[in-house]
Amino acid sequence: MWVQVKGGSIMPKELNKMELLKQITALNFVIEDLSLYLNTHPMDGEALTKYNCCVTQAEALKKEYEKCYGMISEHSSQSPYPWQWICEPWPWEYEANFNLCREEGNTCGLTKKY
Amino acid sequence: MWTYEKILEYPVKIKNPNPEMAKIIITQYGGPDGELGASLRYLSQRFSMITPQAIATLNDIGTEELAHLEMVGAMVHQLLKNASIEEIEKAGAAPYYADQGRGESPASAGGVPFDAFCLQSKGDPIVDLTENLAAEQKARATYEYLIDLADDPDVIEPLKFLREREVVHYQRFGEALRIVQDYLQEPHLYVMPKPGFMK
Repeated sequence: MWVQVKGGSIMPKELNKMELLKQITALNFVIEDLSLYLNTHPMDGEALTKYNCCVTQAEALKKEYEKCYGMISEHSSQSPYPWQWICEPWPWEYEANFNLCREEGNTCGLTKKY
Repeated sequence: MWTYEKILEYPVKIKNPNPEMAKIIITQYGGPDGELGASLRYLSQRFSMITPQAIATLNDIGTEELAHLEMVGAMVHQLLKNASIEEIEKAGAAPYYADQGRGESPASAGGVPFDAFCLQSKGDPIVDLTENLAAEQKARATYEYLIDLADDPDVIEPLKFLREREVVHYQRFGEALRIVQDYLQEPHLYVMPKPGFMK
């Protein structure tokens, strides 16, 4: 799930759309969770460093995604001609979402245990 | 203001239509402990909240709840999209279909329309944060009931994610409440040194 960003260069190229989407979703989630934590722990330097690092990684991945597959952000993505924001699928559609990989032996997707 | 990202917070990819599940999952869209009520509750409460930590917590959890509203909406949408009329009737979802077709509007599993009384924004920081602790627990319990009723892993997986977020939000609101309580107990008198001529 993690993407190393070394010396400003970005991840291995040719990641397909769903793989990129999965990595962006994972990073977005870490950013969301860390920011909620930091709201009540503003002096936690370690969490803050992790947050900043994830923001940098997510920015790079989103840029890569947008280059190949279209706009992600309503107001911070540039659009090629013609206006690309209206392109389908929207996120609530089946086709827009990646499959969760359920590792072998991991029945987390099949059990009702919380 | 808000901006939109064209990504769900967690993927919803449901292969098999299931109108029976759709008509009960709708309760987390617009039922008494659903995501619409949660987001509007926190986003309304923040105007009268105190302490920077608690204000940010309301603002950001309220925002995340909007992303959850979208996920629940996506689940209902995918569960209904390819369901035939026969399947809808067999699932007992005909009353839902009569009112909304395959669309969505905020209501409980029992069909009661969304009621803004569930927002509970009282203008008192302790009251509001205590309300939110209960709200997160009620939403957690609802997700567990929905998981009990579901048998499709495609449905259970996002429900489990949403349930976990309620647990995290409960934790953050607990911390915010402690911070507000500590702040209210601090003395807020500014003690100044007596000038020489008054000694």
